[in-house]
Amino acid sequence: MIDTEALSCQELVELVTDYLEEALEERDLRAFEAHLAHCDGCAEYLEQMRTTIRVVGTLTPNDLTQAAETVLLQAFRTWKRSS
Amino acid sequence: MLPDDELVAALRAGNEQAFAAVVREWHAGLTRVARIFTPTRAVADEVVQETWLRVLGALDRFEGRSSLKTWVFRILVNTAKTRAQREGRSIPFSALHDPARVPEAAVDPERFLPDDHPHHPGGWESPPRELPEDRLIAGETREVIERAIEALPANQRAVISLRDVEGWSSDEVRNALDLSEVNQRVLLHRARARVRQALEDYLAPEST
Repeated sequence: MIDTEALSCQELVELVTDYLEEALEERDLRAFEAHLAHCDGCAEYLEQMRTTIRVVGTLTPNDLTQAAETVLLQAFRTWKRSS
Repeated sequence: MLPDDELVAALRAGNEQAFAAVVREWHAGLTRVARIFTPTRAVADEVVQETWLRVLGALDRFEGRSSLKTWVFRILVNTAKTRAQREGRSIPFSALHDPARVPEAAVDPERFLPDDHPHHPGGWESPPRELPEDRLIAGETREVIERAIEALPANQRAVISLRDVEGWSSDEVRNALDLSEVNQRVLLHRARARVRQALEDYLAPEST
């Protein structure tokens, strides 16, 4: 790992989401990418955050139970009749 | 999903299929947001049900100044708050609105060299351990992630669930939860950082 100016590893990890959301200002973005180019630990950290997002994305959203859906559709019919 | 104006027209016309579709589509997101304000999953489910009844009651007054989705989520938040007040529960608003007040490191500070280190202040002392790709998609890994998300503070849980599980945009999340752009990112960052740590602990435990 080469010492990179301005941004330490500890500071870089706090900017990862801003980086992925494209919310870094030009100056910070340059420092971020310069640091990353020379730092295996931070490159791995960024990669793992990307992995985390990808794997979280494979979770199944909570499903609506059949019972709850029936109640809501019944309410919708009642509402329709009364309006 | 239909565009908003067509969707609203279909609902007003009593189109049951359109109603069922929108209820299914937003159910997971509504439940996750309701969980911020409710003590149990069961109460959250009731709040979601009550929200839809209120939505139907107010649909004729919907003017389309916001998207239908944003409007429905606002009704949800109000319903949940009203219910919490009625039941004498306190609501974690300060936590929702100003997460930056309480600092939280993405990575344990112990894993970095001290600030006065001669060669590499703030550099990695214990860099992230590589995650074995083949185990990432295993069922048990998923359970680890589910548990890690469940263990998050409610506001972080809501943001990561909506962004990364449900795939909402940051604007949709900001509107639904009434968060600033910065706070949305702070909460998302902390949530992802904690889930990443849980993955590392599980898949690449520290050798002792």
